[in-house]
Amino acid sequence: MDFKSLFVQFLSGSDTLQAATGRSLWLFLPELILCGSIVLMLLARLTSGDKLIPTHWFALIGSLSAFVVVMFQFWQLGINKEPYTVLFTGLAVHDMFSVFFRGFLLFFLVFVIALTVLSGIPDQEDAPDFYTLLCGAVVGMLVMSSANHLLMLFLGIEMASVPSYALTGFLKGRRQSSEASLKFVVYGAGAAGVMLFGISLLAGVTGTAEFGELGTRMQAIFSLGFGASHPVARIVLLAMLLIAVGFAFKLSLVPFHFWCPDAFQGASAEVAGFLSIASKAAAFALLLRFSLAVTSFQGGVIQGLSLMMGLGLGALAVVTATFGNLAAYSQTNAKRMLAYSTIAHAGYMLMAVSALLVLRSAIGGANSPTAEQMGRPVEGLLYYLAVYMFMNLGAFTIVALIRNQTFSEELDDYKGLVHQSPILAVCMAICLFSLVGLPPLGGFYGKFFIFAAVFDATKVHWFMWVVLAAGGLNTVLSLFYYLRVAKIMCIDVRPADARQVTLTAGSPSGMYLMLVTGMVLYLGIFINPLSRVAQHAAEAFL
Amino acid sequence: MFSSEFLLSMIVFLPALWAIPLIWFDGQNKESMRYWTVLGTALTFVLTLQLWYSFDLTQGGMQHLFRYEWIPTWNVNFSLGVDGISLPLVVLTGLVTLLAALASWSIDKHVKGYMMLFLLLETGMMGVFLSVDFFLFYVFWEVMLLPMYFLIGVWGGPRREYAAIKFFLYTLAGGVLMLIAMLMFYFNSAGPNGEGTFDLIELANIAAGKGTAVRFSESLQLAAFIMLFIGFAIKLPSFPFHTWLPDAHVEAPTPISMILAGVLLKMGGYGIIRIAMPLCPYGAQYAAYFLVALGVFSIIYGAFAAMAQTDFKRLVAYSSVSHMGYVLLGLAVWKITEGRTSGADYWAMGINAAMFQMIAHGISSTGMFFMVGVLYDRVHHRDLNKFGGIAQLMPEYSGLAAVIFFAGLGLPGLCGFVGEIFSVLSCWNFDPLLAIIAASGVILTAGYILWTMQRVYLGPEYKGPHPEGITPFTAREKTVAYTLVVLAVLLGVFPNYLFSRMDKSIGGLVQSMSHTYDTHHGAGASMETTQVR
Repeated sequence: MDFKSLFVQFLSGSDTLQAATGRSLWLFLPELILCGSIVLMLLARLTSGDKLIPTHWFALIGSLSAFVVVMFQFWQLGINKEPYTVLFTGLAVHDMFSVFFRGFLLFFLVFVIALTVLSGIPDQEDAPDFYTLLCGAVVGMLVMSSANHLLMLFLGIEMASVPSYALTGFLKGRRQSSEASLKFVVYGAGAAGVMLFGISLLAGVTGTAEFGELGTRMQAIFSLGFGASHPVARIVLLAMLLIAVGFAFKLSLVPFHFWCPDAFQGASAEVAGFLSIASKAAAFALLLRFSLAVTSFQGGVIQGLSLMMGLGLGALAVVTATFGNLAAYSQTNAKRMLAYSTIAHAGYMLMAVSALLVLRSAIGGANSPTAEQMGRPVEGLLYYLAVYMFMNLGAFTIVALIRNQTFSEELDDYKGLVHQSPILAVCMAICLFSLVGLPPLGGFYGKFFIFAAVFDATKVHWFMWVVLAAGGLNTVLSLFYYLRVAKIMCIDVRPADARQVTLTAGSPSGMYLMLVTGMVLYLGIFINPLSRVAQHAAEAFL
Repeated sequence: MFSSEFLLSMIVFLPALWAIPLIWFDGQNKESMRYWTVLGTALTFVLTLQLWYSFDLTQGGMQHLFRYEWIPTWNVNFSLGVDGISLPLVVLTGLVTLLAALASWSIDKHVKGYMMLFLLLETGMMGVFLSVDFFLFYVFWEVMLLPMYFLIGVWGGPRREYAAIKFFLYTLAGGVLMLIAMLMFYFNSAGPNGEGTFDLIELANIAAGKGTAVRFSESLQLAAFIMLFIGFAIKLPSFPFHTWLPDAHVEAPTPISMILAGVLLKMGGYGIIRIAMPLCPYGAQYAAYFLVALGVFSIIYGAFAAMAQTDFKRLVAYSSVSHMGYVLLGLAVWKITEGRTSGADYWAMGINAAMFQMIAHGISSTGMFFMVGVLYDRVHHRDLNKFGGIAQLMPEYSGLAAVIFFAGLGLPGLCGFVGEIFSVLSCWNFDPLLAIIAASGVILTAGYILWTMQRVYLGPEYKGPHPEGITPFTAREKTVAYTLVVLAVLLGVFPNYLFSRMDKSIGGLVQSMSHTYDTHHGAGASMETTQVR
């Protein structure tokens, strides 16, 4: 069947089908806009149009208009009170949660594009490639955040990953960059293969790939016998484990984190910042959706699975956060340190997912959680991600700005920067202390909400106390290395032969930096607006 | 004169707002920035005085209390208020900060950054003492950390980085424990369908079992009390958690040492009175003997450690450990006989004494650090064995310093005496043996202080380094010194001026806590079968 006849069939369905397709296309519009701007960018290059209009304008306008559409959908969803819409006969889902994440990712894309314009990392020649890859990766992440089907899950992950590999190796002349990219590709391909195997097992055993169906099928399977005792259940558990490997790779959880420090060190700071935030956020959205889908059957034996997954993720979170913080301590390269810090933060955020699954396993039991308690972990995770976006982006922006002037990303070259450029040092200090989680900076509230959710979950299982204690202990541990950077920048004396670094408050870069760090402060003082939005998004899962 | 909202909010936020215009000051014009900071702290102090005079002595509860929603989804309020316990500390903070600002002329590098952090620090301190919401309290508690870290780390002595990070880590570790305790209270204060609360008054009412459906179970109170106590004992500092203090004090610049000793240490004691005790009466009672013993041990240990020092500032730092032991001692003398509180009046006296000791120590130790700083500015060393003969070169300074050191020693007629004597007296009811040990600490204190004075001020002539640097007392230094001396004498002679302000609030606290214990946990508990969550 050729494309033409497919298209005819698509258009000539029944009225209801056509209406559903039309609606799906409208709800899918942000992705389509982004795809359209990618095509435009490539066309502009073919016709040498990128000489006339710089490519970043295409990317910027494309991502901004996609963001506006998402905001409109958000507003519409708030009015309609429709809990969710299934797109494309069940491939994707449109609800408050996916809208939140798509808005988040597109908003972040705008910021990243602005940053690359300011720091000038892709030159005029490379710009079309760079922005094509960037927007392409974001399309994949958007798909991840609204996936409702195992196929879409894999498709989204791959669409997000492949451009990321290329972006990592974008600094073509640098050996380190290519090496990082290669490592990333090999690792990513391996993880994707394992995950695909898991997906095929799961789909084969359950006979469905739709998230909506998975819950009931899992319940049917596990009622035959839970745990490794029953052969079919054993296959399902194996499949879950394999899929978890894929997620662990995307989230850079220990022991699948090895690519992260190398990739971040090899990639430019802008790309590292992009990867550390956007791909994590999308992966968390997908993880939440997937893990809630397989445990969606209320009551019965499936709650045991929920508890098992929750505790497993909790243990993984503890190990990841601890390892990330300990490894970050000895780093001398700013990007590498931030990479380990990213690993640690993935650990903190995973605690929220773990708490949610553990709480979910108690529904209907003696410690049955209230609706408010069920919403808390997701709310905390979303708040954390939103703050994390600004604080991490701020830190990577500073790394990029300093690199542009000193051509170095070594922490030793940051010595005494406060005297040459107070704005850089103060903004860096704010971002770092927010990463530690000190009030009144935004990072504290993200951490607080997540710890509160974990605390809720301690009523269900004692192991959550371990998770909570590890979270607290890690906060103290992380202080060491964040504070070290602040110390290097603010207390040490700048060597006489060090290169001059200047950044005035009035320059575009200065204003951009102050906007980003200003948001960290804003989210630390005015908690309610974002917290309320996060609560709405969390309601999608109630 | 002002509305409560305005007055309290301004006391908290005026310093931080005052720091903003400093951005546009000329970095070379150090003098103008110093005067600007002094003006800001002076205005704040005037506002705290306004609070002092508008305080109603006949009421024990919170005054000027107000609440605004801050994070409604979590039931967190921006609520400030003042009672007899926080009032003296707020005024002390205003005063010590003003004096420290006056002592900040010795800071010569990066004056702009220093002054901004200094003012930010004052906001954090005032916020801690005025918060009536646990969450807000925690936020302000942590807000102090950053400025303090940089103030020690940038403007401190040779080992400043080590001292600064040690201070930061200890306090942050305590803060995390406090955070977990805070979550415990929040979630356990929620009824079946109700929302939890962070409001300290409501939480204290729940702990006291006053007309609420929920109660804090005994195991919860114990666990929370341990966590809160460690958090506050680090700040106090009490024996096993005190090791950050000598380092931080020695390395910090003089004005910051004054604030550390004068205000920051009081936060530990304040936290125990305001949060740890009312929120977990059972835990407080359970641990009472241990706390008293720990307080006594800190007194003796601190005194011995002080005696062994050769660094003048380190000696004063260890004397703080010793003096703050009286605070812990006074707070904890809650005696139970046969399941009932006995001698509640003695306990009230103990808490009064602890509060008085905090204020007195705030004056005497601020003064001592200032006196050390005055000498250090001139001769650039603090080695006790290289001093001597200062009294002949700087007679006025030495006279004032003597009064301050005697106040620290606890000489009758000066402020240090009142707190020490009453806390030891109240301890006699609790356990005579511990009282005797605590009282003997006074001898050790006299020992190291007199020995220090002999080594520094007396003697025929000064033989140490930089004899040429010894210049007479400046007018600015005199202002600081005379203020502290006058206050030390006034408080020593008229202690009731302070007691009268605290009495009602402390009486209310003691009554409520002993009633709670007697009816819910002690002898009366068996008659009542309350549903305990």
